[in-house]
Amino acid sequence: MDSVPLSTTRASTPPHRLELCGITKRFPGCLANDAVDLVLKPGEIHALLGENGAGKSTLVKIIYGVLHADAGTLLWQGQETTIPDPAGARRLGIGMVFQHFSLFDTLTVAENISLGLDNPGPMDALSQRIAEVSERYGLSLDPRRHVHHLSVGERQRVEIVRCLLQDPRLLIMDEPTSVLTPQEATRLFETLRVLAAEGCTILYISHKLEEIRALCDTATVLRGGRVVGSCDPRKETARSLAEMMIGTELSTPERLPHGVAGAPKLQVRHLSTTSDNPFATNLKDVSFEVRAGEILGIAGVAGNGQAELMAALSGEELLPEPAAVTIEGRPVGHLGPRERRQLGLAFVPEERLGRGAVPELSLSENALLSAYAREPLVRSGLVHFGRARSYAERIIGAFNVVTHGHRAEARSLSGGNLQKFIIGREILQRPRLLVVGQPTWGVDAGAAAAIHRALIALAQDGAAVLVISQDLDELFVLSNRIAVLFHGRLSDSRPTHQTSVEEIGLLMGGLFNHPPDEDEE
Amino acid sequence: MTLLRLEPRGEASRAMVYLTPLIAVALTLVSGFLLFWAMGFDPVKALHAFFIEPVSSVRGVGELAVKATPLVLCAIGLAIGFRANVWNIGAEGQLTLGAIVGGGIALAFYGEGGWWLLPLMIVGGMVGGALWAAIPAFLRIRFNASEILTSLMLNYVAMHLLNYLMHGPYRDPEGFAFPESRLFEADAVMPLLVAGTRVHLGSLFALLAVAGGWFLMARTFIGFQIKVIGLTPTAAGYAGFKQTRIIWLTLLLSGALAGLAGLGEVAGPIGQLNPTISPGYGYTAIIVAFLGRLHPVGILLAGFLMALSFIGGEAAQIALGLPKAITGVFQGMLLFFLLATDVLIRYRLRFGAKTAPKTIAGRAAA
Repeated sequence: MDSVPLSTTRASTPPHRLELCGITKRFPGCLANDAVDLVLKPGEIHALLGENGAGKSTLVKIIYGVLHADAGTLLWQGQETTIPDPAGARRLGIGMVFQHFSLFDTLTVAENISLGLDNPGPMDALSQRIAEVSERYGLSLDPRRHVHHLSVGERQRVEIVRCLLQDPRLLIMDEPTSVLTPQEATRLFETLRVLAAEGCTILYISHKLEEIRALCDTATVLRGGRVVGSCDPRKETARSLAEMMIGTELSTPERLPHGVAGAPKLQVRHLSTTSDNPFATNLKDVSFEVRAGEILGIAGVAGNGQAELMAALSGEELLPEPAAVTIEGRPVGHLGPRERRQLGLAFVPEERLGRGAVPELSLSENALLSAYAREPLVRSGLVHFGRARSYAERIIGAFNVVTHGHRAEARSLSGGNLQKFIIGREILQRPRLLVVGQPTWGVDAGAAAAIHRALIALAQDGAAVLVISQDLDELFVLSNRIAVLFHGRLSDSRPTHQTSVEEIGLLMGGLFNHPPDEDEE
Repeated sequence: MTLLRLEPRGEASRAMVYLTPLIAVALTLVSGFLLFWAMGFDPVKALHAFFIEPVSSVRGVGELAVKATPLVLCAIGLAIGFRANVWNIGAEGQLTLGAIVGGGIALAFYGEGGWWLLPLMIVGGMVGGALWAAIPAFLRIRFNASEILTSLMLNYVAMHLLNYLMHGPYRDPEGFAFPESRLFEADAVMPLLVAGTRVHLGSLFALLAVAGGWFLMARTFIGFQIKVIGLTPTAAGYAGFKQTRIIWLTLLLSGALAGLAGLGEVAGPIGQLNPTISPGYGYTAIIVAFLGRLHPVGILLAGFLMALSFIGGEAAQIALGLPKAITGVFQGMLLFFLLATDVLIRYRLRFGAKTAPKTIAGRAAA
């Protein structure tokens, strides 16, 4: 294995690209990095693995100069260095592609890139260089196009090219494939392999274990701010990696038996939307149904109409045609969230903090947020705080939410625990129909398994479950049927056991069996 | 080398939420001390004349309650709106309309009043204020027009409307063309609560508003919806709370309370309509609402403090011969220091330059 003690290698061999010794970073109330050692060699693709809150992003921000370590040393090419800020990191040759892009929609690719460079030079020469670099690494990109016309994958290429223009010796990628189709991810991996072959070191952060096994040479695993191990991911299984990450054995959810669907609970017929927002994706003639006892998965790259579909189903966006959405046969398109909840709908939005929960309010108040419609928590206009408290405590108990009690503010919970709380809040209302967006996005493996089990159990009890997710692995574990959303259109669904990741991936790229006519606006 | 640094706290300090208003008051007193000193007054005497003397008699304390009454009434309503991110800056205009409608009822039934006249005026005052606040509510919901601008501009419209009425329809026919109405008859005047003072029924309404405001925010589902909409509008949408309903409710409520405050002034200490019924109560109530941390009990205390600044300002004008602006100076300083010390809720002050935490380094090396 690769966990060679640091001191023995330093003297003789050529210097490492980057060496961290004893990096410690404390935030008020938490030790984010606890004496972390890390060695990155030239030309290697090194995975940084860990659950949410394990300290991955803190460590990476220290390397990129966004944060400063409280203690520890950083050696760049064998020299002890301090990195004062991101500009300093770029001068050393460290580039970083963030999970969330920082691009201006109304500017062109070249203009966006020039804004991110410390010395961009004239625009013509820059466009020339952009074309060259994107050619060399197979990142096809037109410097004159406006960013709002680009797909998410293309936007990521802009960020990558911006880094490559600075000739990085170390490239940090934070969850780069979370927004890509499997085919786009494969192309990205090819680019990264070319870069590594040229001697550039790549630090790759992801929680997608299969990906790490396919791409990386070395993996360092963080847990609770400490390095708990390193390994060659090609010699491990996804399961053993996950267990290293969470520190205990992983229990996989039992899959649903196929073909036990009952009466339709949710029917969507010819649903089309129009929005004033120029950056919204309008739904075009979407039809599907979810039956009692089954889980329908809707795959698709972000921004293909998921947000619009969620809003149309939850009632946050009212529909002109009531019959476009029916719950147990009743048209509900004109009803708001409260009325739809009373008819048996429960709903877990993609954004946990800020939509699914109010960050500043306590867990009992957050329990009230959606449960008021189906649980006896409000009596003649007055809030029954005692009942809201015991409802919150029931959720915390039943879903193992790690918190110091129902008084804790929602924002004090980790992502995984908050998601368990929100899903618990919806499931304990015993809904007949549950719609979930990105159930385990950014959630640690342990919590994700618990959430998957809860969703499957709910379906087994006879509820209909709709999961909208970008995570294909998740959809293949959970769903009985999978459909794909692309440019606001929904493909026909296919039974999960009769399809493959490749087929769904092609659909996610827009290759429906019927031609995508009049798609351009 | 910086001598003072701000360091983020892990979470908001509950103690500081309550302490910062007191710190702001203390800083205002210190600044007032320096200001009086720089102007050549004996600062101790001047502060005494400003803050102590006005309230060292029963009558003085009564005056304090009289001034605090409209401030608290307006601020309770404003604070409920502010909690829902509804920024009503138009309490001054709504107060004026309350006086115009309620006072108009008194004038309309002049000479033929009965026991029913005062209750009718009270309802009229509240309806007048609420209708004036309904304009920004409608514009916000229908056209998405900022209620900050529309409610503020309506203050000036209300002022001119009052001026017009005082020079025209409302003018006392026997008043030698002075822009004043008749003095209200006995049936149209708020009964006094404490003998020897001008404390009137309106103060009781203000206390009821404090209790009602607390109950609404702490116990009712509407109060919960107001909180959620103010903190996270998207979560309110997810929960199915109707924002338009809350905008209507908070604006009408704050308008009605401001209208009640205006009616209380004309039917209380003033006893008639004239062009200067309010020395800016509706604006000062915004300070009161924030100084009181948007909490009804805090608002009650803050109302008394700001009332003191009005009375002290008047006393300072008489005793020290200072210009009228002294009231505004003290109110401004108070708001300034309050906003400035708010930073202490999320940050703590550190003296001296930043030092590396060696203790952790020692642990890391181990």
